[in-house]
Amino acid sequence: MSRIVIDSSKCKACYLCIKECPKNLIRVSDKTNKLGDRVVEFSDPDGLCLGCALCATRCPDLAITEVYKG
Amino acid sequence: METQVFKVPDSFKKDFKYTFCPGCDHGIAIRLVGEVMDELGIRENTIAATSIGCSVTIYDFLDMDSIEAPHGRALAVATGVKRANPDKFVFTYSGDGDFASIGIAESLHTALRGESISSICINNTTYGMTGGQLGPTTLMGQITTTSPTGRNVEYYGYPVKIAEHIALCDGTAFSARVSLDTIANIKKAKQAIKKAFEVQLQGLGFGFVEILSTCPTNWHMSPEQAHERVRNEMMPVFVPGVYKDVTNI
Repeated sequence: MSRIVIDSSKCKACYLCIKECPKNLIRVSDKTNKLGDRVVEFSDPDGLCLGCALCATRCPDLAITEVYKG
Repeated sequence: METQVFKVPDSFKKDFKYTFCPGCDHGIAIRLVGEVMDELGIRENTIAATSIGCSVTIYDFLDMDSIEAPHGRALAVATGVKRANPDKFVFTYSGDGDFASIGIAESLHTALRGESISSICINNTTYGMTGGQLGPTTLMGQITTTSPTGRNVEYYGYPVKIAEHIALCDGTAFSARVSLDTIANIKKAKQAIKKAFEVQLQGLGFGFVEILSTCPTNWHMSPEQAHERVRNEMMPVFVPGVYKDVTNI
């Protein structure tokens, strides 16, 4: 099963990754960073992630640190 | 069985954290530099000459040797480093204000001398770190803190097209302009950076890449709107493409 790893401490809540995901698996979470912005989270209960790494390629803060394709 | 298809480049420091504004494309450009350094295996042998501006912080993130140059003089310092250490890989990473305004003499003459150096210039049409003043690449009609009625020819003149100017220099081996507005363009940008690095490793001359980038904070836009602006306003003026490539004649 494909998956991504998000380092929440690096996320600055620009939300560019949300638009990039072809399966809409990234969403705004309830957790906040130090500035009070709501960071993103990865939610894939049905195993739809393609492991395409578009989100990681777009993320300007390298907050998506790992992508696995399986 | 899962395979890793993306990771933080090994050339990055272990505990780095970007200090750019949310949505700033500097982070992508520096990641691409890190990925290319990984692929070419040059990190241990690299010395970077850094600029002044947001781009200076590259040495906080990449695990390499670097030397701080005065404003605009990154390529002058890089020339000295390269001539003293011809075996080292030397590159500069600067913004448009540093490269093409205060440092345009140093930049153009480095290309004219054909120094074996690679150079990356981030073009975001403004001075980002100091609060969004008019820069050499500010577009016609663009409102900045020092052009409150928009850039006009009578008072400010025309924006400089850096990649074309560098391509005209005989010492240039590679000159290209790329954008980071879409995933496809990010991949093209990485290829261009790799090529600019490779021409130095092959001793062919000066390698240059101009990267069209965003400054959401000073453009007063969301990161997404900023990419739209790159596409709709910047790319028709600063046309992406390879302007010179001596390996492809």
